[in-house]
Amino acid sequence: MNTIIDANADAAPLLRVSAIAKSFEKPDGQELLVLEGVNLELAEGQIVGLLGRSGSGKSTLLRLIAGLAEPSRGELNYLGSPVDGPAAGISMVFQSFALFPWLTVYENVALGLEAQRLARAEIRSRTLAAIDLIGLDGFESAYPRELSGGMRQRVGFARALVVHPNILLMDEPFSALDVLTAETLRTDFLDLWSEGRMPIKGVILVTHNIEEAVLMCDRVLVFGSNPGRVLSEIEVSLVQPRDRLDPQFRELVERIYVEMTARATGTPAGTRTEYFPGHGIGSILPQVSSNELSGLLEAVAAAPYNGMADLPKIATDLQMEIDELFPVAETLQMLRFAELEGGDLKLTEHGLAFFDAAQDERKRIFARQLLAYVPLATHIRRVLDERTSHVARKSRFIDELEDFMTEDAAEQTVRAIVGWGRYAEVFAYEDESARFTLENPA
Amino acid sequence: MQHARRTHSFGFIREFVTRWDALALIVVLGLVALLAEASRGLLAPLSQLDATPLSLGPTHLPQYAARTTLRMFAAMCLSLLFALSYATWAAKSPRAAKILIPLLDILQSVPILGFISISVVFFMSLVPGRVLGAEFAAIFAIFTSQAWNMAFSFYQSLRTVPTELAEAASSFHLSPWMRFWQLEVPFGLPALIWNMMMSMSGGWFFVVAAESISVGHTSVALPGIGSYIALAIQQRNLHAIGWAIATMALVILAYDQLLFRPLIAWVDRFRVEQEPGAEPAPSWVLTMMRRSRLINALTAMFYTTLRWTSWALPGGADKRLLGTAQRAQRSRRRDAWWLTLLLVMVALALRKLAQTLFTQTLFTQTHWAQLREVVTLGLFTMARVVVLIALASLLWVPIGVWVGLRPRATQLVQPVAQFLAAFPANLLFPLAVYAIVAGQLNPDIWLSPLMILGTQWYILFNVIAGAAAMPAELRRAAQNLHVGGWLWWRRVALPGVMPYYVTGAITASGGSWNAAIVAELASWGDTEVRARGLGAYIADATAAGDYQRIVLGIATMCLFVLTINRLFWRPLYYYAERRYRLS
Repeated sequence: MNTIIDANADAAPLLRVSAIAKSFEKPDGQELLVLEGVNLELAEGQIVGLLGRSGSGKSTLLRLIAGLAEPSRGELNYLGSPVDGPAAGISMVFQSFALFPWLTVYENVALGLEAQRLARAEIRSRTLAAIDLIGLDGFESAYPRELSGGMRQRVGFARALVVHPNILLMDEPFSALDVLTAETLRTDFLDLWSEGRMPIKGVILVTHNIEEAVLMCDRVLVFGSNPGRVLSEIEVSLVQPRDRLDPQFRELVERIYVEMTARATGTPAGTRTEYFPGHGIGSILPQVSSNELSGLLEAVAAAPYNGMADLPKIATDLQMEIDELFPVAETLQMLRFAELEGGDLKLTEHGLAFFDAAQDERKRIFARQLLAYVPLATHIRRVLDERTSHVARKSRFIDELEDFMTEDAAEQTVRAIVGWGRYAEVFAYEDESARFTLENPA
Repeated sequence: MQHARRTHSFGFIREFVTRWDALALIVVLGLVALLAEASRGLLAPLSQLDATPLSLGPTHLPQYAARTTLRMFAAMCLSLLFALSYATWAAKSPRAAKILIPLLDILQSVPILGFISISVVFFMSLVPGRVLGAEFAAIFAIFTSQAWNMAFSFYQSLRTVPTELAEAASSFHLSPWMRFWQLEVPFGLPALIWNMMMSMSGGWFFVVAAESISVGHTSVALPGIGSYIALAIQQRNLHAIGWAIATMALVILAYDQLLFRPLIAWVDRFRVEQEPGAEPAPSWVLTMMRRSRLINALTAMFYTTLRWTSWALPGGADKRLLGTAQRAQRSRRRDAWWLTLLLVMVALALRKLAQTLFTQTLFTQTHWAQLREVVTLGLFTMARVVVLIALASLLWVPIGVWVGLRPRATQLVQPVAQFLAAFPANLLFPLAVYAIVAGQLNPDIWLSPLMILGTQWYILFNVIAGAAAMPAELRRAAQNLHVGGWLWWRRVALPGVMPYYVTGAITASGGSWNAAIVAELASWGDTEVRARGLGAYIADATAAGDYQRIVLGIATMCLFVLTINRLFWRPLYYYAERRYRLS
């Protein structure tokens, strides 16, 4: 692989992304930045991974590269010319496969060639070749619904490869598959790639799976949220095929975990973490239930962790993706039940007290931490206390939140705070009338 | 690869004719014969209609049925064309959608029967002195009963195309034309077909009413089942009415078997949610078509043509999703122009309406009195609709739940309920009128049930569907907790079928308003039976050819329906969807 890169060292890269930013317009006309200052270069023979959690803008970046959306600022260059629409030579594999359910496997794969108006014979031979390459022979006349998830994604791959793209974009292509199937597909893909049997010259892979990134990529860009940006760039120079149990492999995984939790540490009490931007009530709260919080807390408190857990290890033990694990861990940190540092999750005295307490006592502790460290909860409670009716409409808080975040994020934040508030019994919420109250139905 | 190859070349050689081919041939030839039979006489002069008057002999019925069916089919094709183009226009141009969608909403609530009276004059003048003009008017009437909700359904589909599929289409450089046929139409097809079937029921109702048109001095009776019935009523011939009802039942059955069953079974392929299970009812026609090489060859030709069109038309990826700032500014300017244009149009329309309604003197005493009268009549009709829907609900909801919870009963009852919903209830009106006259009953009360005769089935089959869709686990949980009696109805059954019931009730209510025009004023020979209401008012005005009163009546009814939908049904629908939808 090195020789390929060297041979093309002087040539322009396949793709160059310079200082790209993307923002959306909020209802009040203000800009909401989702991606800022991203630089990226894809050279021939490389697989570049975009790693981050949902909301870190990595999928947005992929869509900008695919020409499906337009950047607000910055430049996108493909083979030396700017990208101003879906470019020929860039094709995409989708997370949910995006197959046309009314077309057979053959027709799905042939679609991209038909759009190019090739001759019938050529369409046929290339389609069959792609189907053959990706291991789908015998399934030509099947409809997607008859196939398992793994086979469907194979169709997704064949469809993307049949147009002979230079760059293959992959948007979490294995995340909708079960663990075994995903691994088979990854291995098959890497085999074809290293044998040079695919027509592609470079790959960009979006993922939220750290091990997948280390397993497949030559370079990993770690993304942070709000706005989405590159936190760090990590070269992976291990030889293929890579071994997950190799100490060097583990070390890289550990390093990325540290990298991704780095911004979350060392912030003083009362302010926010990497995941909780903005001051005071402007934090976007993740959709984490009180059950998940106590579940993770109990797991960390119990043996073998006894109060302190290595994140990669507990992620494997609990079979949680970082997308699931990080929000819970960070909420524990926000409530000062735990601290995140250097890829470790360590319970605080409050966390341990919560662990030891019985149900009612747990609620009291949770309420105390919630009101002390989550400004939105404090705010809602204060408003309810101040009013003689002890009633406040949800829309009032949504409006306030929308000064800091999108409508969806505001909805999500309110849903999260409703769940926590109900559990802690610091306020009640009636969905029907969309109002917060202080009454608990008894 | 054998399978894929078979769809590309026609493998006639090995088995020249399968038994499915034979069956297909018979069906196709039959349809062709029907078409030829029915289209004869379209270009004949109007006077021929008088020269060869309708006959009540049952032997003529097949021919009349063919004519009626053909009208129906023509209207359906028109509606389909309309739905595809109108909805696409609205979905692709947000600017146009601003007027197209509200317009659709209003057109949907216009009582169609009232429209016939106005449109017939226009269409007759298009092809003066020919039967064709009257045919156009009848077809247009059916069209107006079908097109709106089909367009709505396709518009909704276009707006809900899954993002990833749309992105896949763009990233593989599908041209707008290809995108339309390969993504948007297939995606919208299941909903569109379902709406087509619903529309068809309305269509039968109106085709019967539209064939025998009498507006003021213009009176046309097109050969068809509707005119046959009208003549039978005039001549007080109960036997003929019985024959007509039987024929109609057969025609609807044939439509169901030959068209909708296969379509419904076929569009199952186009559903995006890809769980297996929930197979649609199999259709022997579809099986025949799929196994017959002849038909396969025809469909292959169709697909090849389609592919050729995407070849021949200009290509290039759809770049509209990339909007530049410049384009945005230009678009804002166009928005302003568009808005101005709309305002001018609205002003002109208002003026015209005022002129029609209050021709000579503006807002004189008599006009106010007329307005008051029309509104009062509207209230009468509304009271009827409300009471009838309530009664029908009381009757059919428990029955529907009972049936829906028993799979065996559902299999038996559901097709019957759907069939009854499709059957034009106005064919049965003469029987009711005969009974009222014979028993000297009060028409204000006894004509009312006719309004809901055809539409109550919507409540029944929706409730059945809702009860059948209720998760078995919920029912077992209720059993396990010993929830029974009234508590079971309140906490389990009624909330479970609520969204489905509301859907059915909305359809039933809308249909009842439409039916009022024929149901509130009925005749049997020379005897006329009338109920006080807006429907009778419009029917009277139509018979007299009094356009001012027709427009006033229609506008009032339209307002009533719109208001009720906005203030009652729509909020109820959203409430039921949010609160009770199980998913």
